[in-house]
Amino acid sequence: MSSIKDFTLNCPIPISDYPSVTLAHGGGGKLMHQLIERMILPAFKSELLETRHDGAVFNLGGAKLAFTTDSYVVNPLFFPGGDIGSLAINGTVNDLSMCGARPVYLSCGFILEEGLPMETLWAVVQSMKQCAEAAGVQLVTGDTKVVDRGKGDGIFINTAGVGVIENELTIAPASVRAGDAVILSGDIGRHGIAIMAVREGLEFESKIESDCAPLNGAVHKLINAGLDVHCLRDLTRGGLGTTLIEIAEATGLHIAIEETKIAVREDVAGACELLGFDPLYLANEGRFVAFVPEDQAEEAVAVLSREAVSKEAVRIGTVTDGGAGLVTMKSRIGTSRIIDMLSGEQLPRIC
Amino acid sequence: MCLAIPGKILSTDGEDFARLARVDFGGIVKEVNLAYVPEAQIGNYVIVHVGFAISVVNEAEANQVFEYLKQMDELGELGELSPEAKAAKKEQ
Amino acid sequence: MKYISEYRDPVAAQEFAQTIRRITTRPWTIMEICGGQTHAIVKFGIDELLPKEITLVHGPGCPVCVTPLELIDKAVQIASRPDVIFCSFGDMLRVPGSKEDLFAVKARGGDVRVLYTPLECLKIARANPDKQVVFFAVGFETTAPAHAMAVYQAKQQGITNFSIIVSHVLVPPAMEAILSAEVCKVQGFLAAGHVCTIMGYDEYFPVAEKHKVPIVVTGFEPLDILQGIAMCVAQLEQGRHEVENQYTRSVKKDGNLPARALIREVFRVVHRKWRGIGEVPESGLALAPEYADFDAERRFGVTEYTAAESPECISGDIMRGLAKPSDCKAFGTRCTPEKPLGAPMVSNEGACAAYYRYRRAELLTVGKAQ
Repeated sequence: MSSIKDFTLNCPIPISDYPSVTLAHGGGGKLMHQLIERMILPAFKSELLETRHDGAVFNLGGAKLAFTTDSYVVNPLFFPGGDIGSLAINGTVNDLSMCGARPVYLSCGFILEEGLPMETLWAVVQSMKQCAEAAGVQLVTGDTKVVDRGKGDGIFINTAGVGVIENELTIAPASVRAGDAVILSGDIGRHGIAIMAVREGLEFESKIESDCAPLNGAVHKLINAGLDVHCLRDLTRGGLGTTLIEIAEATGLHIAIEETKIAVREDVAGACELLGFDPLYLANEGRFVAFVPEDQAEEAVAVLSREAVSKEAVRIGTVTDGGAGLVTMKSRIGTSRIIDMLSGEQLPRIC
Repeated sequence: MCLAIPGKILSTDGEDFARLARVDFGGIVKEVNLAYVPEAQIGNYVIVHVGFAISVVNEAEANQVFEYLKQMDELGELGELSPEAKAAKKEQ
Repeated sequence: MKYISEYRDPVAAQEFAQTIRRITTRPWTIMEICGGQTHAIVKFGIDELLPKEITLVHGPGCPVCVTPLELIDKAVQIASRPDVIFCSFGDMLRVPGSKEDLFAVKARGGDVRVLYTPLECLKIARANPDKQVVFFAVGFETTAPAHAMAVYQAKQQGITNFSIIVSHVLVPPAMEAILSAEVCKVQGFLAAGHVCTIMGYDEYFPVAEKHKVPIVVTGFEPLDILQGIAMCVAQLEQGRHEVENQYTRSVKKDGNLPARALIREVFRVVHRKWRGIGEVPESGLALAPEYADFDAERRFGVTEYTAAESPECISGDIMRGLAKPSDCKAFGTRCTPEKPLGAPMVSNEGACAAYYRYRRAELLTVGKAQ
């Protein structure tokens, strides 16, 4: 049997880095972060990239702008509460909002798989039209390509967006301070479970709808209330847990949250228990966290709760000094644990 | 080795090894195989593991955990709650 | 959620903690052999509630962790075949074999699917008559009835393009092996509540008697585990070594009779090799002769195989309760969930992964933990 005294330092590790990209690299967790940090960021050195926020913010010709891009590869294309089109529009609208910008213009690139039914494409385009109108943005340029059958998942969409920043705030992780309140805009986990529910083998009878929604209205109200918003981030892949860890690591501060303050709908919780998922890491498409000074926390919650998309906004925790870039959560039974990043996507488990 | 959770039987269909149920887990409904719990009826709670009900929850025993706690409290000189227990109670 | 939330009550949890502190007068080492319990203990921080005299060790309760390396390699080989649709529980996908894991096979284009229930395989097999559907049948006794039913129904329905790779292990022999080892620090056990829901707890009486250890059949919610620990400590303090049942709302002494019957029908007990521990007699299941056709290893001719473990990995010691993950020199540095050296770091509730996710920073001494 192996024992500690037998090990040597030059034994081969069964699996070190994967020689090719795996699905886990897209999961929003550690592997994806490694891919970005080691392969991509070093090639394109720039101050703007280093901020590692949802979008780039800069001055151009006298205007303060935000610029972002995102690609959408969801399978299934249609799910309760949305489709790849609504994700594509709202996702980019939201990333711009998280920079404190008013989203204005979007571009859209389609990669279509040979054999995709025209009806499907039409449905997606109509959905995008509706979402753009609801969010108050215009699609002003785009591109379309077709790839061979088998080389794409039906449709891949990339959207990029430009927004204008009409406030003096610097909304980014760098602005977060010890003592800030952490506010969550609503319940978590719906999108992740909605997607999982449609995928083969994990179908549920009851419909859990994705929370896919534009957040620019809520953000606009928050900023216009004159609040000193330090940071905003929407929760997408990797969920609340990953988002908070990213911010803690970027700031080097400690974020302490309470499990009992985080709302999870009962049916989402039931699905999580059944499949062995932790709602903390489930994807969301219509939720964000906001970091504001302690003395403005109550007002921030009040402002957000007057907007439909954030009507269940609640304070979930506080930023403190020390704890070097960690997130801790007080469990419902009163003990504390460190929230760590997952390596890849959560998979349904039996143990 | 053990991810199994309780859910409530809403309806059943079929017989013997092909007997299936719609089971409600806090609002999410899933099809479950009842082959191993032939005694299970609509309204019962079953413990479900990988799509199979493995036991019917004995509702009479559900409170046993709290009864044990009460007994232990009575046995010991547990008059005063610990600071942590007090804090937990206050938060409720 | 009913029959879950009640057992996460914070006041009761603190009261249990207080009770355990009151009755504990000496150091005790208690082992749980159940991945689900390991997961719950670390997730809810239950060991934080216990007095320092109580040491909780995590046994080989993760069937994913104890699946031999060769079997993973065989699974990878079978899954790589173009005519195979390879189905598995999610747990197995990232467990490292000698070179690859099933995830890597999927990345290369293999048809690898995660299923919630093995019965899905039958639907897939019927829908894909030109393919071979293979299921990685891993688990303790809890999952055996599900696999038994899949094979039984496949035979009844004449489905021939379905087979399983069997990696089933049994708990009581593992307990016996741990207790019979030369070095054994374990003084009491929490037995796995869902394993016992199937098997009952008859098999534990001889173990408790022979080794003079209390065994408490325990559930999975925080209050269940706390009560199980309280009952075990009470026995230890009183010098008793009985088998008790904490999880009475699910476990009966005889277990689940129809499930046990089908397991006996479809499987037979064999000697099995446990990764990290070695061969334990009569500790596993294999298909019974009448169902041997459904054995994927036979069907695909992958029976001869050996593979070497990473020498750094001390998972064997960890799973026998002789070491904690934090004792391993590679823990958190050369061995992490992204680059696991052994199975307990990959499987969600392997002791090392559980420790890593929830404790790592504490162990690497960072500021205040709360």
